[in-house]
Amino acid sequence: MTPRPLGRPPWPLLLAAGLALLWLTVPLLGLLVRAPWSRAAGLLAEPEALQALGLSLGTATVATLVVLLLGVPLAWVLSRPGLPGAGVLRALVTVPLILPPVVGGVALLTVLGRSGLLGAPLHEATGLALPFTPAAVVVAQVFVGLPFLVLSVEGSLRALDRRSEEVAATLGASAGYTFTRVTLPAVAPGVLAGAVLAWARALGEFGATITFAGNFPGRTRTVPLEVYLALQSDPDAAVLLSVVLMAVSLVVLVLLRGRWVNRW
Amino acid sequence: MRVLRGAGVVVGVLGLLVGTVACAVEEEPLVVSAAASLTDVLPRIGERFAAEHDGLEVVYNFAGSSTLAEQIRQGSPSDVFISADVALMDQLADVPAVGEPVVVTSNVLQVAVPPGNPAGVTGLADFGRPELRLVACAPEVPCGSAAEQVFAATGVTPALDSEETDVRAVLTKVGQDEADAGLVYRTDVIAAGSRVDGVDVPEAAAVLNEYPAAPLTGGAHPEAGRQLVEFLTGPEAQQLLAEAGFGPP
Repeated sequence: MTPRPLGRPPWPLLLAAGLALLWLTVPLLGLLVRAPWSRAAGLLAEPEALQALGLSLGTATVATLVVLLLGVPLAWVLSRPGLPGAGVLRALVTVPLILPPVVGGVALLTVLGRSGLLGAPLHEATGLALPFTPAAVVVAQVFVGLPFLVLSVEGSLRALDRRSEEVAATLGASAGYTFTRVTLPAVAPGVLAGAVLAWARALGEFGATITFAGNFPGRTRTVPLEVYLALQSDPDAAVLLSVVLMAVSLVVLVLLRGRWVNRW
Repeated sequence: MRVLRGAGVVVGVLGLLVGTVACAVEEEPLVVSAAASLTDVLPRIGERFAAEHDGLEVVYNFAGSSTLAEQIRQGSPSDVFISADVALMDQLADVPAVGEPVVVTSNVLQVAVPPGNPAGVTGLADFGRPELRLVACAPEVPCGSAAEQVFAATGVTPALDSEETDVRAVLTKVGQDEADAGLVYRTDVIAAGSRVDGVDVPEAAAVLNEYPAAPLTGGAHPEAGRQLVEFLTGPEAQQLLAEAGFGPP
């Protein structure tokens, strides 16, 4: 059944909607217009840009694996019916999502820095310190990306028909077998969507990285940090790298179109 | 009726937006865009200047000089620009809003270490020790190009762990005890007080960092801007600058 046409919407709504759309799209179009397309190949082949791209892709992918490994179990625990304090736990998971990233960086530094709460004993015992290492980049990315996966997977788990799990159990399947063979395949789209979102968020991470991990080419200077630095000396390169990050975001959107945008 | 009320809401919201923009214009303070290293001393100088000008309100836009130069190229409504780098000011020569620059002060690099100097850093040579955690500015920003020149002049190949985008970020890493040493300006060590200690590097004197200031015509007070640049070279401002560790122009 096709919905009945509602007639012309009132013009103030159209005006506001049009403005909102321009607000979101004009800055991005501006990037495309300003991008130095003639120099694109040369700029992207610069060792600094390649190094930053390689580091970003590598760290974001490792971070996403960590997020999957830890996030899916957390989502599963949160989705259990009758879990005591579920509301508080869910709020805690959401905090990094709305926290300014630079605050996340300061928080990570006070805990995992060389003289941090956990970092100091670690440094004394092993001589290891996280800041200024690619591992610190991954730690920051996991911190900001984890909530995306947990919330996405938890939503899928809660929408799941629990009876299939019960059936598996009555047929003699162990809890572990039920989880990997029944539950997980059923929520696979949610896991995938959460992982892609977490990966995209990790790729764009700036504030916590520059605060906690530092800024050294090839080690901790990811693409967003390279964009910020390039803006000081070579704005063309900054614009071009921004376009690359924007293209990645668009690809993510395409991958997730089934969930966010029902019809194209 | 309902349509009219809807229109009222949209117009109201737009009015708020225009209002916030207009507010910034209406009060018309003197706007000074200045290098981040001047964050502590410049407001003290501005206070004296304002007292001589009927309490004219002075506001500051502190950031890395390269960022500020880009903002001015994009039409920043500032009355004065003080750069930590002569080359950056020279690049603005073709911008019509930028007046004749004058060097108003200078600065030299110094090594900052955490309080008590736990790693026993004694000078620039320690920046070649890979086992230490060392930070400086990235070569793309003024404090980094100064650092690069000092390293080149002394033949030290720095084993840096991080290249920060401005000098305050270097200072923070040292102050937080995440780094054993950082190369910053002498004035930053003084401004940081007890959070860091300074280690003098005689070799750094060869790379004097000069601060040019130029009046701009893009703001609301071009005349007061010109006077502030003049005031900066005067005895009162120079004494405050000297107290903060800056050198003569």
